[in-house]
Amino acid sequence: MNRIWKGLVLLASAALVAWILYPADRRPELTIATVNNADMILMQQLSSEFEKQSGVKLNWVVLGENVLRQRLTIDISTGSSTFDVITIGSYEAPLWGERGWLVPLDDLGADYGYDDIFDVVRQGFSYQDRMYAAPFYAESAFTYYRTDLFGKAGLKMPVQPSYEQIRQFAQKLHDPEHNVYGICLRGEPGWGQNIAFISTLVHAFGGRWMDAGLKPQITTPAWAEAVGFYVDVLSKYGPPGATTDGYNENRALFANGNCAMWVDATSAAGSLLDPSQSRVANTTSFAKAPIAKASNGPGWAWSWGLAIPTSSKRAEIAKQFIKWATSRQYIATVGERFGWLRIPPGSRKSTYEIPAYLQAAPFAPLVREAILNAGYTKPGESVPFVEVQYVGIPEFQAIGAEVGQEISAALAGHATVQQALALGQAEAEHSLEGRSVK
Amino acid sequence: MTGEVAVKPSRHLHSKPLLAPSVGALFLWMVVPLAMTLWFSAEHYNLLSPGKTAFAGWENYRDLLTHRALWVAMGNTLFLVGLVLAITLILGTFFSLLLNQDFPGRNVCRLLVIAPFFVMPTVSALIWKNMLMNPVFGLFAWITRSLGFGTIEFFSSMPMLSIVVIVGWEWTPFAVLILLPALHSLNPEQMEAARLDGAGPIALFRYIELPHLLRPMAVVAMIEMIFFLSLFAEIYVATGGGPGLASTNLAYLIFRDALLGFDVGRASAGGVVAIILANIVSFFLMRVVGRNLEDLR
Repeated sequence: MNRIWKGLVLLASAALVAWILYPADRRPELTIATVNNADMILMQQLSSEFEKQSGVKLNWVVLGENVLRQRLTIDISTGSSTFDVITIGSYEAPLWGERGWLVPLDDLGADYGYDDIFDVVRQGFSYQDRMYAAPFYAESAFTYYRTDLFGKAGLKMPVQPSYEQIRQFAQKLHDPEHNVYGICLRGEPGWGQNIAFISTLVHAFGGRWMDAGLKPQITTPAWAEAVGFYVDVLSKYGPPGATTDGYNENRALFANGNCAMWVDATSAAGSLLDPSQSRVANTTSFAKAPIAKASNGPGWAWSWGLAIPTSSKRAEIAKQFIKWATSRQYIATVGERFGWLRIPPGSRKSTYEIPAYLQAAPFAPLVREAILNAGYTKPGESVPFVEVQYVGIPEFQAIGAEVGQEISAALAGHATVQQALALGQAEAEHSLEGRSVK
Repeated sequence: MTGEVAVKPSRHLHSKPLLAPSVGALFLWMVVPLAMTLWFSAEHYNLLSPGKTAFAGWENYRDLLTHRALWVAMGNTLFLVGLVLAITLILGTFFSLLLNQDFPGRNVCRLLVIAPFFVMPTVSALIWKNMLMNPVFGLFAWITRSLGFGTIEFFSSMPMLSIVVIVGWEWTPFAVLILLPALHSLNPEQMEAARLDGAGPIALFRYIELPHLLRPMAVVAMIEMIFFLSLFAEIYVATGGGPGLASTNLAYLIFRDALLGFDVGRASAGGVVAIILANIVSFFLMRVVGRNLEDLR
């Protein structure tokens, strides 16, 4: 017994000595939370360069979009300091900046090129003219269509289609016998899924989420018309089971050649033109996002950016990393090393002056125009909040989730459009009860 | 336990302090979170509006109980638990009886039947969603389409039933896992005697095998119920609770309030309601099961 004890003590002291003598990794560390989109995965691959340059060690936490959003919201609202750099969207940045949860990023230096960032993108990340996140990439929405199917049917896609034209095209091109569906649209419930598309559709039909007094407008005729159009077109000419198709499912359907048209985020264009990821790389073309009644365009604006929580103890080092990852130089490195279709687009004006990029990505000018015209302020009347494919108030996540569910029920045929919208209106009113404009 | 030890211990030993660590751990584990849930459920507490917490009293409960979603979710929860229990028990008994027979390749068959239980819930939900039930790429759609029928949109037209099928597929092996060894323990001489007395296969099953299996079946039902009441991964992956509320159960409703609405108060109230529901269901189940066991004696 005694011998065992002695042996144990000896072993423990040896381990202690080894631990003390072992040269500790004394490099400063950064913990980065990011989303598992292709562009961010590339950033992670390239980050070893930053580690070499700066002598900083990076720890990565890579999560899916929904899980990341939940994790970060809980983290930052409870003030825990897990992360030094976080990846957030243009929905979160101004809200969190307002609450003092983020470090302002106005001092990255003159060589950062603030003027080079698209104004709309920068505004999207700002609260009271201070930027709280640095744009990594930005997107808007447009219409994807198949030139071969249009050619075969003798149809021509205009540069600026209307939703009525889209309906006619979808009807003519719908060919379920051969697994080709007239149109693919997001049907999966969620404020970042079907609601993102439906918001732009409602705007195109002249409707909006709420008025200046935060009173929900979901039972207005514009909503009935827009959602009626959506349910009608998608259930008649869409793929079966559309209620479970989100952005990724639709991208897979389009890349596999199952869709004649698809209205969605511009960020899918790169992968759809890449023959290794798409069967329709040579037959895909692009048009503007469709319009209906409103003249100011359907407005889709989303950017992903990097930000620093105020709870981080290494904000200065974190700024160095953000400056590196969102610089012109970074975009050029990705283009030269991985091909120009894979650069993070939409954030900087200079990106659209690179000849190699413009040649590789024929959709680039259209994307630029869509981003510039999306606008971060709401269409029509002025209201004290941002309204694009989301509404920039904290309650919108809950409202969007509820209304998204109701509309998916209508799409599945479990409820009528009127019923769904009435329930959605009640939910929204409930969420906003007792809330007034600041 | 103490019946045989009649002698008073010579050394007086206070054993209660020795229990302190485990009692303390249990306290930390159970009572603190429960108390916090109760406390939060009586507060206005939304993560997105910090500094605005206030005492809410019964308001969260009132909101929840007057809201359609809760009752739909409760109905879905009971539907799910009841139907999957029935399916796993019936299919489990059936497979156990089959696998209890002697036939070549029996061991391989047993392995195959058990296998689904060891697939992670998220993975099996993804497989069912994207490879089997998907109306464009899925195997079922391919079969029905090549037979000349249309496609079935499983997750839009019958979301809850699709979830039941997935969960049933996952959990039938569990029933087999418990019931098959139970069948093994049945005395073969008893069966032999019954057969000599002229009992057919149905009578054998009805009067010998089924009564023998009732007790392990009760165990299966109890354990499965604990898991099914809080079923989440399959719903999250396959349907997202939709369309509408068609496949939202209590666990998913709480998730929606807590992590999509960041409303801690309302989610906590939902949690408390779920605890109460679980207690009610297990109370009745215990009584039914208990009576069954009594009858057997």
